[in-house]
This record gives sequence, C-alpha cells and structure tokens, in this order.
Amino acid sequence: MATVLHPAPKISSNEGVRETLVKALGKRVLASKEMHGEIVIGVEREAIEDVLRTLRDEHGYQQLMEIAGVDYPEREERFEVVYMLLSLTRNHRIMVKLRAAENTPVPTVTRLWPNAGWLEREVFDMYGVLFDGNTDLRRILTDYGFEGHPQRKDFPLTGFQELRYSEEEHRVVYEPVELPQDFRTFDFMSPWEGADYVLPGDEKSVTPPPAPQPKPVPEPSGKVDAKAPETRGAPGVSTPKTTGKASETGAGKRADKKAATKKSSAAPAKKVTAKKAPAAPKPTSSRPARKPKGPKA
Amino acid sequence: MSLSLENSPTTEGGTISNYTINFGPQHPAAHGVLRMVMELDGEVIERIDPHIGLLHRGTEKLIEYKTYLQALPYFDRLDYCSPLCMEHSYVLAIEKLLNLEVPLRAQYLRVLFAELTRISNHMLNIGSHVMDVGAMTPNLWLFEIREDTLNFFERASGARMHCAWFRPGGVHEDVPLKLLTDIGDWVDTRLPRLFEDAMSLVVDNRIFKQRNVDIAKVSKEDAIAWGFSGPMIRAAGLPWDLRKSQPYDVYDRMDFEIPVGTNSDCYDRMMVRVEEVRQSAKIIKQCLAEMPEGPVASDDRKVVPPRRAEMKQSMEALIHHFKLYTEGFHVPAGEVYVATESPKGEFGVYLVSDGSNKPYRCKIRPTAFSHLQAMDFMSKGHMLPDATAILGAIDVVFGECDR
Repeated sequence: MATVLHPAPKISSNEGVRETLVKALGKRVLASKEMHGEIVIGVEREAIEDVLRTLRDEHGYQQLMEIAGVDYPEREERFEVVYMLLSLTRNHRIMVKLRAAENTPVPTVTRLWPNAGWLEREVFDMYGVLFDGNTDLRRILTDYGFEGHPQRKDFPLTGFQELRYSEEEHRVVYEPVELPQDFRTFDFMSPWEGADYVLPGDEKSVTPPPAPQPKPVPEPSGKVDAKAPETRGAPGVSTPKTTGKASETGAGKRADKKAATKKSSAAPAKKVTAKKAPAAPKPTSSRPARKPKGPKA
Repeated sequence: MSLSLENSPTTEGGTISNYTINFGPQHPAAHGVLRMVMELDGEVIERIDPHIGLLHRGTEKLIEYKTYLQALPYFDRLDYCSPLCMEHSYVLAIEKLLNLEVPLRAQYLRVLFAELTRISNHMLNIGSHVMDVGAMTPNLWLFEIREDTLNFFERASGARMHCAWFRPGGVHEDVPLKLLTDIGDWVDTRLPRLFEDAMSLVVDNRIFKQRNVDIAKVSKEDAIAWGFSGPMIRAAGLPWDLRKSQPYDVYDRMDFEIPVGTNSDCYDRMMVRVEEVRQSAKIIKQCLAEMPEGPVASDDRKVVPPRRAEMKQSMEALIHHFKLYTEGFHVPAGEVYVATESPKGEFGVYLVSDGSNKPYRCKIRPTAFSHLQAMDFMSKGHMLPDATAILGAIDVVFGECDR
C-alpha cells in the first residue's frame, strides 16, 4: 500500500485482519478487498445475520454504526447494503456489504443490534430494499404518504410532487412539480478524459465522410424550383453547398445512440402539466401602498 | 399539544385507558422539528414513537449532483450548531480517497476551529438543556460565549455559521495573527469567567439535579448495542473518544483528558459536556502555542485552487482556477467511511467515488439517529416532563438527523 499522507482518522493496523476474517467467515464470503485503508467484505445476502453475529461475538466488532444503501442500476441485483462495524476493544473498523434486488429481501439484523431498526428503515425508505424480519419497516425520512424511493439513481432530483400553502384552501396542497426552468446539469468531462460524446464539429476527424456526390445541375430555365432549394443561390456552381447532411454533421442514428447512452446523469424529464402556476399570495397586512420612489425635489 | 382520548375515562367501569399525545412537531423543547407520539399512562411514559424526517432536505441526493467542492457547504447545513465539525468528516473522507497531504498549519487550524465549534455547540446544548428543565439565566450567559465563537468564525471565514472554511487539502484562507491572539485572550479570560459563572448556577443546583439525576440511565451494554457515541457513550462510563482513539489531523499531538460519567444519566451527559468545554479550551491553547507558520492548503494544484494574487500573474494558475471551479477535481474510484468526533458523537461520511468529479454516493451518518432511536427505551417508565430532559441531554439537532 502506498504511504499514508492524508490526515484521516488512524485506526489499528489492517495487517492480516482481512485474511483472518475471511478465513473465519469461510464460504459465506463472496469477495473481499482492502482499498484506501478500508477493509470491505462482501458476503452472501442470506448469511448476513450469521456473519455479523460472528463478527460481533467472536471478533469484537461490538457496534453497528451505520447501514448505507448504494444503487447501481446497471447491475442485475442493483442495490448494495453496506454495514459499518466498529470495534471498541480492537479500535478497528470494517465494512460488510451484500447485494440485493428490489424483490430479494435482506435478513434483518435488528436481533443483533436494536439500532439497526431505524437504519434499515432508512435504507428501505431511500432505496426500497426490503428487510425480512424487521417488524417496523415504515418510511422514516420522507413525507407521510410518499411514493417512490428517492435515493435511487433513476429517481429525478426534483421529485414528482411539490407542496405549498394554499391561501384559498387554507391548507398545504400537493401538486405535481412544475419547473419554470429545466434543471441544469453540466457535463464537464473533457474529451481527452474519456467523455463518450462527439464534440460538435469534431465528427470529421473520427470518420471521414464520403466525398460529396456532384449533383446534376438543373437546366437553366430561369424558374426557381421551390422543391429544390439547394439549386437557389449563385448559379453555375457545380457542387452547391448544402448543410445538414447526416454524413457531414455526424447526426443520425449513430449520434442518437451515443446521446442515449450518455454516461452522465440526465436532466430529469420535464413534466408537462396543464395546470397554471399558483397566483401570488395575497398580502397579509393591510398596509397602504408606498409612494413610488422618485427624485425628491 | 393536541390531546386525543382513546377511551373516555368516564365510561362505566371506570377504567382509565392510556393517553396518546403528540409531542411536537412544533415544541420548544423538541430542539427543532420532532414529532413524538407518546403513549402515557397518567403522567408516566409507556411508549414513545419519534417521527423524524420533517426537516429532510435530500442532502445526500443533492450531493450526488454536485462536484466535491460544491457539496461541501451542504455539510454546514447538517448540524447547524457545529458546522465546522460536519465539514471535517467530509474533507477528511475526500483526502483519504485522494491520499492528499495536508500542511501542518492547516491541520492545526482545523483542530483549533473544530474545538471552538465544540465549545459553541456545547454552549447551545447546555444552555437549552438547562432551560428545558427550568433555568433561564445560564442560557443567556452561555449565548454570550457562543456569540464570541461565531464572531471568531466570521473573522476567519467571513460567515458566522455556514463557514465552508475547511476545504479538501487544508482550509480556505489563513487567519490573521490578531485573530489568533484574540482567541488566546478569550480562552484565558472571558471564556472561563463566563462559563464557570454560568455553571456555578447549574451544576449543584437542587432543582437541576432533581430533574436530571437518575433520569434515563443506560447501562454500558445498552449504550454499545444502541450504537451510542460521543458524550452519550462517555456518560455511560466508556472512555471512547475518536479524537483520542482514532486521531485525525493533529489530535495525536494534543494533550487532553476524556471525561466519563459514572451514573450514566442525564446529569452525567450534561457534566461530560461541561468538562469537554474545559478540555477544548486546553486543546485550543495548545494549538495556539504550537501552531507553525506555513501554507494553509496543500500544494497539489489539481485539487486546491490557486491564490487570487497568483492568478493575476500566472496563466497556469488561471487555467487551474477555471478548471477547478467548473469541472472540479476527480477523485479516484473507491469507498471510504470516515468518522470524526463531532460535538454530538460519531459523525461519519461514507463516500463512494466512481472516479468522476461528483460523489457517486455520500451517506452521512448522523449522531442523532442512533440516540433518538433509543429515546423509547430510555424514557420508558419516566414522567412526561422527563422527556424534555432526556431529549436535551441527547443533544439532537434535526438538520443533521433528517439530512
């Protein structure tokens, strides 16, 4: 491992810990790695309670500090659930993780640590991962009656619902999100760092377009053919300048496909709603309107 | 407080059923927006179901759409009573992923201001806890101290609360020498005078003790099982402090004590905080005495933006500035969990990077989550007014709990 330069918290040495734990957990370990000074052990989903019990009782990881969900939409089992364990006696931390899908419940660990209850509720709320055996799997952070799982990568940042206080109805009303301006995401990935789009004007350098076919010059009849606008303009040029051909601009199926597979997160789809924007609330006080400002004298 | 009666006590047979009441969401003793559905048997708490999330702002989701630097100010807004300690975990997580060296002066400045933040946080918590159980005066005095610390933050960063002053690689700006000497004077004279005066009204006060001693006792085993940290676990008698056991920045050079409780009740939690303020003052003095001269940010130009003066002269610096404030810096792929000792306990950041300029996932481990969850078992069998004392001793701030 490279020399540690950073001032992040120093824990006891990782030396040999991963090997010991992997050996102790046996077949239940699917993968393990040590990166950036963190030990991560991937285990079988069904065995999680067993694994954590072993780690707690035999290896001294007494505290469960956190359960985090991560979403990788491109994977078959898209969610990762990461358990952060802390050993007070050995002064050490490890992460244990497993994979889950929307329809594959994860066994609960509330029987090992009572504080896992809320932590699992949060992962359920944010990602929709189900925890088998958690008797109180309600939503926790989102609103009463909320639908969807907001931390999923395919959930738009702006959400679907917005609420405001309605002066007319004297209560808070829920409405579909209406954005006066699209949410702007900028892709700052530069092309030499592996951006997967073609820079405008750069297409020719990738695939040289075929030489333009000389067009048959129409008979000079003096009449402008409206259906062939490219024949307008200065007559006598054998290959009239045209724009917008797919072979020249790079537009077309290939570019569409590229654009569709763009890696950066897309802006949320704008929801088109017929509803009008709410009117400005009425002034709450009956203060007389101010005099318009102007030069005093 | 709304009051609903499940069964009227005047029904025939004369059975008195349990009350279910709402504590909050708008209650001065709830320290923010907390709704607790309480089941009471007379005045004795049978069950508490805290409903949180009323201040949920989707911080973790927003961070996924921001570059690493743009995400930093969100941390000030988590625990808005100790903003710099929130930033601390985050910048350390980034530095761990980058394996970035931080100059010594920057590490000292961070520790110095983290401890000032701790004092400022404890002033608010001690003051409001005392006020929740009936005393008005100490809170007003402690707010004087808090005001002083906020002024120091303003002089260092330009902002009183949302400083955004800790940056990956160091701190944003160096502090003027006068600020350091003023902090030194303040720690020597004004802080002890105001603080000890205010505490002399509280710590041996009969009413205060009656309201706090033997309330919400938690055994060591329970404290560990419920994931307690910070003053909550120390009050249970475990000398566990991440500044000591897992030192970050220059905490390993500091000489300070870890106060622990003996009785593990609300009074001990409060007294642990009181002693922590004195220890923080000790750390601040050491920082001021030992702080070396030198740069306050890493010299890695791919992470730390150049100085403004440099940009006037150097094309290179101008390009770096432009790139860092538009594209940001790229962080190597990987995942880290970095936890620091915030004034409230272990505040962790689980950062997953995919090698791009934005965090793939940033999970924030709030301290209040575990503590508030234990509210139910801690207050079982106690009286209704004890709930405010227990809540005050947890030191909960909803910006952090709900994110």
